Amino acid sequence: MNGPLTGDMHELSIAMSIIELAQEESERRRVQVSAVHLKLGALSGVVKEALLGSFEMACEDTSLKGARLVIEELPVLIFCTACGAQRPITSVQLFCCADCGTPSGDIVQGKELEVVALEVEEWDRSPV
Amino acid sequence: MGSQPRLIEVRKNVLKQNDLIARVLRQQFRAAGVFVVSLVSSPGSGKTMFLEKTLTRLRQSYRVAALVGDLATENDAVRLGRSQAPVKQITTGTLCHLEAAMVQKALEGWDLNQLDFLFVENVGNLVCPSSYDLGENLRLVLLSVTEGEDKPLKYPTIFNSADVAVVTKMDLASAVEFDWQAAYGNVQAVRPGMQVLKLSARSGEGMGDCLDFLQKRLHESRVATHLSTVSATP
Repeated sequence: MNGPLTGDMHELSIAMSIIELAQEESERRRVQVSAVHLKLGALSGVVKEALLGSFEMACEDTSLKGARLVIEELPVLIFCTACGAQRPITSVQLFCCADCGTPSGDIVQGKELEVVALEVEEWDRSPV
Repeated sequence: MGSQPRLIEVRKNVLKQNDLIARVLRQQFRAAGVFVVSLVSSPGSGKTMFLEKTLTRLRQSYRVAALVGDLATENDAVRLGRSQAPVKQITTGTLCHLEAAMVQKALEGWDLNQLDFLFVENVGNLVCPSSYDLGENLRLVLLSVTEGEDKPLKYPTIFNSADVAVVTKMDLASAVEFDWQAAYGNVQAVRPGMQVLKLSARSGEGMGDCLDFLQKRLHESRVATHLSTVSATP
């Protein structure tokens, strides 16, 4: 189904997408998922705490029950033309190079919402 | 004994399903020559009023239509229906944002070739819509003078997901002591270089500039599509 998921905050529907993605991998590779590693950019529009809570709740009745969600938060990086390099910004309220102060909207990191890895155990060896 | 857990690399975008549908939509829009503008803002910033006036005025020279997302009511579609343009409501229930699949479903049965402009009004929300690509050509983030100048600082993510900011209800600016320079500065702080338009849909002030801007973007987009088609032909 491509249809929209339900939920009164979008972290819940995102948690369900993460679970769906992990389940697909788990069935394809015939493994049990014990943890999902996620990269979360500061501009992804997703709140870490809300996502952790939603994930735990949404896992309940699935094969991922008890799996952990490990979130790596990524700060915003911009390309600074003055420095000629990637740089952090002063703050998300001020998109200026943290080193030299030049404004830049050229975002090179910070929008990620990506499952990067799964911690898994083999299916056939797990106790029945 | 249980087996040792091991780590497998996956690297998959969580919203890939949405992004894939958005990509399909974008291709359809491009092929049909329709320019798609989406609107995001907080509730009550004047999206529907802006859209009603925009549809009414553009309709004199262009074929226009709109999709409107709303949690429960169909009031917006009724209001926009007054513009005489085709309008369809997407009632999202408890969902706080539109997703590409909802836009795709709402467009079933519509002949996009018969349109020049399609407007998509998102649910009033400055948080959730920022994560979802709807396949639009242009995303406008609206900010009304009554909301205060610091909205961009509070919601930098949505300003970074939009292309152009539009300050609405300018007819109330002096009554609420709206500081245009401060608002403009705050937009630039979170999104350096962002274009900011200002208007009042009610008085009409600034509407002409905004509509000129939209028409210009429609033509630029068609020229770009045409050029890429020409250069792709041997």
